[in-house]
Amino acid sequence: MEITDKLVSYVAELAHLKLDDAQRAQAAQDLARMIGYVDQLRELDTEGVEPMSHAFPVVNVFREDEVRESMDRELILQNAPAKKDGCFLVPRTVE
Amino acid sequence: MELFDLTALELGAKIKKHEIGVVEATRACLDRIGEQEKTVHAFITVTPELALARAEAVQRGIDDGTYTGPLAGVPMAIKDLISTKGVATTCASRMLEHYVPVFDATVTKKLEAAGAVCLGKTNMDEFAMGSTTESSYFGVTRNPWNPDRVPGGSSGGSAAAVAAREVFYALGSDTGGSIRQPASFCGVTGIKPTYGTVSRYGLLAYASSLDQIGPLTIDALDAAAVTRTIMGRDEMDATSVDVPLPGMPAGDDLTGLRVGVPEDYFGKGLASDVCARVMDAAKQLEALGATLVPVRMPILDYAIPAYYILACAEASSNLSRYDGVKYGYRPEHFEDLHDLYLTARSEGFGAEVKRRIMLGAFALSSGYYDAYYNKALRVKALMKQGFDRCFEQADLLITPAAPTTAYALGAHTDDPIQMYLGDIYTVSVNMAGLPGMVVPCGFDGEGLPVGAQLIGPAFGEGILFRAAHAYQLHTAFHRRFPGRKED
Repeated sequence: MEITDKLVSYVAELAHLKLDDAQRAQAAQDLARMIGYVDQLRELDTEGVEPMSHAFPVVNVFREDEVRESMDRELILQNAPAKKDGCFLVPRTVE
Repeated sequence: MELFDLTALELGAKIKKHEIGVVEATRACLDRIGEQEKTVHAFITVTPELALARAEAVQRGIDDGTYTGPLAGVPMAIKDLISTKGVATTCASRMLEHYVPVFDATVTKKLEAAGAVCLGKTNMDEFAMGSTTESSYFGVTRNPWNPDRVPGGSSGGSAAAVAAREVFYALGSDTGGSIRQPASFCGVTGIKPTYGTVSRYGLLAYASSLDQIGPLTIDALDAAAVTRTIMGRDEMDATSVDVPLPGMPAGDDLTGLRVGVPEDYFGKGLASDVCARVMDAAKQLEALGATLVPVRMPILDYAIPAYYILACAEASSNLSRYDGVKYGYRPEHFEDLHDLYLTARSEGFGAEVKRRIMLGAFALSSGYYDAYYNKALRVKALMKQGFDRCFEQADLLITPAAPTTAYALGAHTDDPIQMYLGDIYTVSVNMAGLPGMVVPCGFDGEGLPVGAQLIGPAFGEGILFRAAHAYQLHTAFHRRFPGRKED
């Protein structure tokens, strides 16, 4: 299939990636090759085969609805690149 | 016998008998790391102070009866995507260069309870996406058998660390072959257990339906001992299951064992040396009483494209959490919140990670979801059916682990698809959730190790350990390591 600039921009947006012109051209080339490669699956007849998410049967796993200790706030914030007053710090989101 | 001629269990036994101290063994490994790392670079982080303090504590614990297990006091290493409280866990990415987990993975805790002495965190492909360990942000790892060759990947650091005898075993993870292919390239033993056998809590996720933690070891007994230590149901991982521990293998009698040889794994693209060595291994199993049975797995041709769609789709979803807010890389300059996300990810991720999350985002996007993602899930169903049919006729399968031995550094840098093709024999095992084990089975004409893969039915780890151990009682490939003093 043809990998248009529009498709590359769309996929980059979905993936939350910012590409400059050179990277965009490279990404178009990479996507074309990879999609071209995986397209060989089209020749395989899968009519009537159900898509399988899990190799083994899985069931919901429940536990008692009881209060347990959660992680300390200081610990959770320990890896934050920016924090303030016990919260994660992000740029202003609402003007 | 020299210290580094021992397996993990043999060292554990000597420690128990007070023939060697835990601190002494730990110091010897740290010294060896000091020498070997100049060329091999198997580690991202080495923690000598922590390791020595830990060694003293474990020695006390052994002396007072706290640690009674067979691996107590044995120096080991952990792949750098398994959470270790207080020790950086980078996933070999700039994104997590300064990330220090505030909790332990379940496997880390279990090993700690067994008296393991961790010496550091091993190198890998960035976010486990690769087959060479070349995409690490922290530089390549070199194959201890030949420094111009790759160690394989993504658990290349763990495999190289064991092959170079820097540690006696290491944990890796395997999404499409990331334990088995480097085990093969580095001449060590490794197992990817059945999906759900080992808790993934604290494993930084790549493709959650395929990821599984497992050990890289010197022999099958060590692999069985480590697997028994880390396995088990964990309420922190809802996909983990409660299965009985496989017994420790004993003896070399394989009478009655049916070993399937799938001809589709021995066709086009397989190096002749690799083919010959793996067939030698099959014949060795036959000599021990097993029956070789021809089986077919024609769907194999479609394993790689289906795998890359599924793995990349899950990766694009899993890695969406890296946004520069709660942890991980945060750029210095950005315009607003949205631009913070984009810039953090664009500067924090390397080329291969971006390539995969973009393919994954494409395969999951509206309009393409059915043709790609759902199609791949249908192929996955066919893959499982193919294995189910094989296991009606055989108790386990023997195949190559990879089409070639370790190739040159840089060989596939410009053509990722060539690298992906090397995963042909391993990825289908993850898609079907099965256990896959690799044992060293000889060397090619250039002196590089060859590995044979044993594939078992779900929860058939015990069968794999039995066959691998019987094989290793009659071969010495697993005892060889680069620079070993010959007896």
